[in-house]
Amino acid sequence: MAIDAATVRKVARLARIAEPEERVEALAQELNGIMQWIEQLAEVDTDGVEPMTSVVAQALPLRADVVTDGGDAAVVTKNAPKSVDGFFVVPKVVE
Amino acid sequence: MTALTSLTLKAALDGLKAKQFSSMELTKAHIAAVEAARPLNAYILETPEAALASAEASDARLAKGEAGALEGAPLGIKDLFCTKDVRATACSKILGDFQPPYESTVTSNLWRDGALMLGKLNMDEFAMGSSNETSAFGPVVNPWRIAGSNKSLTPGGSSGGSASAVAADLCLGATATDTGGSIRQPAAFTGTVGIKPTYGRCSRWGVVAFASSLDQAGPIAKTVEDAAILLKSMSGHDPKDSTSLDIEVPDFASFVGKSVKGLRIGVPKEYRVDGMPAEIEKLWQDGINWLKEAGCEIVEVSLPHTKYALPAYYIVAPAEASSNLARYDGMRYGLRAEGGNLTEIYENTRAEGFGAEVKRRILIGTYVLSAGYYDAYYLKAQKVRRRIADDFEQAWQKCDALLTPTAPSAAFGLGENSNDPIAMYLNDVFTVTTNLAGLPSMSVPAGLDAQGLPLGLQIIGRPLDEGTVFSIGGAIEKAAGFAGKKAERWW
Repeated sequence: MAIDAATVRKVARLARIAEPEERVEALAQELNGIMQWIEQLAEVDTDGVEPMTSVVAQALPLRADVVTDGGDAAVVTKNAPKSVDGFFVVPKVVE
Repeated sequence: MTALTSLTLKAALDGLKAKQFSSMELTKAHIAAVEAARPLNAYILETPEAALASAEASDARLAKGEAGALEGAPLGIKDLFCTKDVRATACSKILGDFQPPYESTVTSNLWRDGALMLGKLNMDEFAMGSSNETSAFGPVVNPWRIAGSNKSLTPGGSSGGSASAVAADLCLGATATDTGGSIRQPAAFTGTVGIKPTYGRCSRWGVVAFASSLDQAGPIAKTVEDAAILLKSMSGHDPKDSTSLDIEVPDFASFVGKSVKGLRIGVPKEYRVDGMPAEIEKLWQDGINWLKEAGCEIVEVSLPHTKYALPAYYIVAPAEASSNLARYDGMRYGLRAEGGNLTEIYENTRAEGFGAEVKRRILIGTYVLSAGYYDAYYLKAQKVRRRIADDFEQAWQKCDALLTPTAPSAAFGLGENSNDPIAMYLNDVFTVTTNLAGLPSMSVPAGLDAQGLPLGLQIIGRPLDEGTVFSIGGAIEKAAGFAGKKAERWW
C-alpha cells in the first residue's frame, strides 16, 4: 500500500492543501516512512475486539431543545476576513 | 523583587492572605521577570495592563476578605486556550489575529477563583510537536542548559512555553494541554510538575481542538501541591463539553503529603526500551527504592501492547486532527489567501496558513480516513487502542498505580531531531499510552543527569484516581529532594 506521487496529489486535494509539484515526491517518501512504521499494527491480533471510540463510558447527554444563545451577528463575524452588516462575505460559489 | 517570583503558588497565596505583600507587588515582579526573559520566547503575547487591573481588583477582594482560592495569583496561559478579546492563535499563522469573543471554560474557572493572566504562552502549532519547534512564533528555549555549555535546548512540547515559563519563574503556574504527552514531557525536560488528569475532568470547551478523544487540559506547576491547587480550579463539569464528567471534584491538595504506605506500585516491564540511557534506568530504580522505603509494595506488571501505542496514536490523532482542522477554510476567521476559484482559495489558504508538521498530520489523517483505507488503518487503530486500555485494566488487578520514566531522554538541542519525524514522535513513547486509555498521569522531577539536566518520573493512576497520583507524586518529590533546584539564570 505504498504512497506514490498520485496518492499524495489526491490526498492533498481531499485535504484542500495546495502542495507544489516539486514537493510531491519528497512528501510521498516522508509519508511512506511514517506509514511503514505504522504497519506494525498488523502484528496485533484484534479479532473480535470492539473498536474504542471514546474513553468515557457514558451515553452522550441530551439537552433541552431550547434556544440558549444567539442574536450576536456582529460578535460572530468580528474575526471574519470579510464581512458586511453581520454577514460573512465569501467568494462566489454558484456561477 | 526576585524573591516574590521564586515563591511557589502555595507560598504566594499564603503570603497574600497574610498581607505580607499585595497582588499588585506580586504581579509587578512577574511582569518585570517576563520582560527580562524575552530571550526564552516563552510568552508570545504579554498582557501587563490587564494583569495589573486584575491585581488591583484582587487586592480589593483580599482586603474585604472575599478572596477566591487563587486570588491575586499571576498565571501564564497556553495559546491553545481561547481568551476573550485577547489574541489566541494556537501558534499557527492560519488563525492570524483571531480574538475569541468568548473565554474557555478552564480559564473562566481560574478567573472565577481570582487568578490573573500575565500573557499567552508559546507552544507547538496546534499542539503538534514535542520540541516547540513547530510554533509559528519560533521555538521556546529551555532555561536549563548543559553544565558549562551555552547550547540552546528544547523545553519539550507541545506545552514548551508553559514549562519554560514555570521553570524560569515567569508565572506561579501555567495552563497546558496534553494529547500524547504535551504536559508531561515538557515538565520532565524543565524540572517542573505536570499532570494530565482523567479524560473528562477538564472541559475542552474553548480549547482549540487537535484530537478530541485524546485532548485534555492540565496544569504545569512548580510543585506537586501547586499542581493540585491549580487542577482543582481547572476541573469541573461543563454542559458545553459533552464528554465533560459530571462528578464531584476532590480537594486534590489534601492528597499531597498523605502516606503511601501499603500502596501497590506496578512497574511495567515493557517500558524498558532499547537504547534508553542508563541514567534514566537508574532514576527509575531510585523512584522504586524511594517508594519502597515509604512503605509501598512494588509489583512487576505487563502492558504487552505498549509498543503499539505510538503507531496507533499516529492514526487516531491525525485522523481526528484532519477532521477538526477542516474548519480552517479562510471564510469565517483567520487567514484568507487569494485564488482563482473557491477550491483554490481553500487550498492556498491552508497551504500558507499551516506549517509543515501540521500539513503532514492532516495528510496522514486524510489518507487513513479515505475510501478503501478506513478499515485497514482507522478501525484497526481503534481496536489496538482497546487492547492498550485492556492492558491497563489487567494491571489494576495487581496494583494501585504505575511508575515509569516520563521521557526516554533529557532535553535535547534545538534542531537535533527536527529532520526525522519518527525520532521526534518517539519522545512520547511512555506518555501516549495514557491518552489512549484516558488515565490520569503526572510527571514529577526526580533528579538531574550527569550533564545537569532535569529528568522526570511518571505516575499513572486508575481512572478518576488523581488523589493517589498526587500522594505518590508528593512522596517522590520529597524523597528526590528536587524542590528548590532551578536553572541558573543566563537570560
